[in-house]
Amino acid sequence: MSMVPTAANWLELFAHFASLSLLGVGGAITTAPDMHRYLVHNNGWLSDAQFTSSIALSQAAPGPNVLFVALLGWNVGLNAGGGPSAGWLAWALAFLGVLVTMVAIMLPSSVLTYTATRWAHRNRELRGVRAFKTGMAPIVIALLIATGWLLTGSHDHPARDWPLWLLTAVATLFVWRTRVHLLWLIGAGAVLGALGWV
Amino acid sequence: MTEHPLPSGDLSLPQPLHAPRSRADLFWSFTWLALQGFGGVLAVVQRELVERKRWMTRGQFVEDWAVAQIMPGPNVVNLSMMIGGRYFGLPGALAALAGMLAFPLLAVLALAVLYGNVAEYPVAQNALRGMGAVAAGLITATGIKLIAALDKNAMGMGVCIGLAALTFVAIALLRWPLLWVLLGIGGMACLWAYRKLPNGPADKAPRP
Repeated sequence: MSMVPTAANWLELFAHFASLSLLGVGGAITTAPDMHRYLVHNNGWLSDAQFTSSIALSQAAPGPNVLFVALLGWNVGLNAGGGPSAGWLAWALAFLGVLVTMVAIMLPSSVLTYTATRWAHRNRELRGVRAFKTGMAPIVIALLIATGWLLTGSHDHPARDWPLWLLTAVATLFVWRTRVHLLWLIGAGAVLGALGWV
Repeated sequence: MTEHPLPSGDLSLPQPLHAPRSRADLFWSFTWLALQGFGGVLAVVQRELVERKRWMTRGQFVEDWAVAQIMPGPNVVNLSMMIGGRYFGLPGALAALAGMLAFPLLAVLALAVLYGNVAEYPVAQNALRGMGAVAAGLITATGIKLIAALDKNAMGMGVCIGLAALTFVAIALLRWPLLWVLLGIGGMACLWAYRKLPNGPADKAPRP
């Protein structure tokens, strides 16, 4: 698609991601369906394949999952500049895309979180603040285990996916009961996957 | 590589906590954490900050994680800002935030330039599949390990396990939206905790 984004487009992109920032309880990835609707479906700034690749690539890379947002911005900018072969303008717009989407997704939630948590820390002796942390503790622990369950359950063909489930179970045991470095486990998973064993 | 068996109860022994030395220490510590985090940084953060660097106990980690999880935004980035802010104020929070994002951002952009169409390579797809399965194990094990921190919870272990089981069923089996679960089960839990907590100041060591 060859559209030249106007300053208004970039502002609109910024505003949209900034509003999603405050909705992303549980991480920015929870707002990915809305990003897909907005970027791919409504505006045509990204292709479906680019959206999927951005998410896949951010999973292959280290760091917080929110970095998939940077890749969305990167690809929006590249497309806007005519693609990677179009020269420096495309690369400049790609960096602009990263800047716009990342600042938009991070700024509102970070300001809110910093302000709220500083307040909570100053008032950590308040019964209400202690009740919040005490009450939420079992909930958020269960959320972690549920996340592991959902990630495993997204592969739901027992005949085909049982090696994958076994790998998850073994990794769980290793992290729980040993101090083997986590990178070894991730590396083992990558090798087993690449060999087609799981 | 060193591998030590992890004796159960290891972390319940009173051992002195450490603290980040400077904003630079925060930045590089979180950079290193983030660069180890494939498929989610939380497992690494728990391992490094609680078990290796000893900046916080499991109990403190769970309390902070509860807040980081409930606020909008990336959970681990929220957590890093809270920790940075506690020791060095706003500059500390920004140092931790920058550590979490700067080098990982460069890494992911480099990958994008080299392998932008990764979704088209079957081998890469399969490797990601394997890494994803391990990542699911890391997050599950982190949750299991943190259950031990509930033994000091004022609601009592029985109530905690009940609430955790309800939450698991609601999210993993019934697939209820996260927000409902946080407001519904979470709200109930907070009210119950409020009733159970004494009205005085908490009788635990002051935090930095």
